[in-house]
Amino acid sequence: MARAAVQRRLTWLRATVLENRPETARVHRLLLDVPGWPGHLPGQHVDLRLTAEDGYTAQRSYSVASAPEDPRLHLLVERAEGGEVSPYLTDELRPGDQLELRGPIGGYFVWSSAVDRGGGRPEGRRPVQLVAGGVGVAPFLAMLDHHRRTGGATAVRLLYSARTLQDVLARDVLGSWTTITLTRGAPADWRGLTGRIDRRVLEAQTFAPTTRPRVFACGPTSFVETVATTLVDLGHDPSSIRLERFGGSGDRS
Amino acid sequence: MSLISRGFGRREQRRDERLPPGQYDAGDLFPVLSAGPTPRTSLSEWDLTLQGEVDGLRRWTWEEFRDLPREAVSVDIHCVTKWSKFDTRWEGVAVDTLLAGVRTEASYVVAFCDGGYTTNLPLADVTDGRAWVVDTYDGQPLAPEHGGPVRLLVPHLYFWKSAKWLRGFALSRFDEPGFWETFGYHERGDPWLEQRYSGD
Repeated sequence: MARAAVQRRLTWLRATVLENRPETARVHRLLLDVPGWPGHLPGQHVDLRLTAEDGYTAQRSYSVASAPEDPRLHLLVERAEGGEVSPYLTDELRPGDQLELRGPIGGYFVWSSAVDRGGGRPEGRRPVQLVAGGVGVAPFLAMLDHHRRTGGATAVRLLYSARTLQDVLARDVLGSWTTITLTRGAPADWRGLTGRIDRRVLEAQTFAPTTRPRVFACGPTSFVETVATTLVDLGHDPSSIRLERFGGSGDRS
Repeated sequence: MSLISRGFGRREQRRDERLPPGQYDAGDLFPVLSAGPTPRTSLSEWDLTLQGEVDGLRRWTWEEFRDLPREAVSVDIHCVTKWSKFDTRWEGVAVDTLLAGVRTEASYVVAFCDGGYTTNLPLADVTDGRAWVVDTYDGQPLAPEHGGPVRLLVPHLYFWKSAKWLRGFALSRFDEPGFWETFGYHERGDPWLEQRYSGD
């Protein structure tokens, strides 16, 4: 993928909250209107800044969970008990409130259908394998929704690990290219996978190394570390594996 | 003028003076961030080199590196993803020690690593007792996910400058952006000036 040099200055923008709705018991979806938003690539993130009346500020990063084609910016916020920022975002923020935000940030953990065309380069049509743990599915929702809206020809698969069926996010976007595994119990009539993503699951449920997929993995640190190491062991080229970690902030932001 | 966030307040009554702006204390946690899989290079194949604008290549095998004069440092570290960690304890070799006796016209270095990662720094930011090549964290050999066998430690800059899986330095008279710098992160990355992204 060509390195897009993003050298323009990132300025703070004012976002208005359109909706703050619980997506699951622990995750809220923020729908934001961001006048002046310059557009993003699926996989990029934003920095949010909160300012208290005494001038104290806190910043956190969130992946954009919506396609560039969606006029609203969607963020998925997992509530961390005792955290300073996420409980504020999930519990306090109401429609009409404003937030400061800047982005898009990051140019490596991105994929868009433009990569497909790529001026006829042979690597243009490499399949895309996404592997998500929990709320780490957020950047992939941007990629999948973008892929669907643009009708791209690239073969895309998502392997998605969630705690329970109630914890599965954004089922409307996941589609038939998604394989879900439930790690903490499944309903009696569940016909999908159960248990953690391990070597056997990765071998059976992801594109084989011989198809030279671009691989993206996102989730908690230990999840991403395990997935990446196992994929390399299975024969995937390390340079084809791109990682993003949630809970890099220690699960308490 | 910042926008006041209705109903938002700090959790800690006193802000720790060791925290640069926009950072929070990660406490006992040591988050891991990297863009690709953790490389595994055996120590028998490992070396560290100084190349580029130098009066002859310098190279150390693992044994030679371990025989260099060592220093122990205790420093605060600051990641651009907003966490900071206080009083982290490292051991290794000062970059000054590696550069001793090297004649160079260079003003910049690119640190290069297993896995292809690079980051650029002014030479002045890695000399004069401000940077180390470390192989020990908290008394233990540096774990692979934290950059072992060795990583660069430049605690006065954001931690992406402290490149993991370090294999050497390329010295140059010119500043060339490294991996994250190419993607819009700041060329220098001083946390006290909050130089997170290009133009900050």
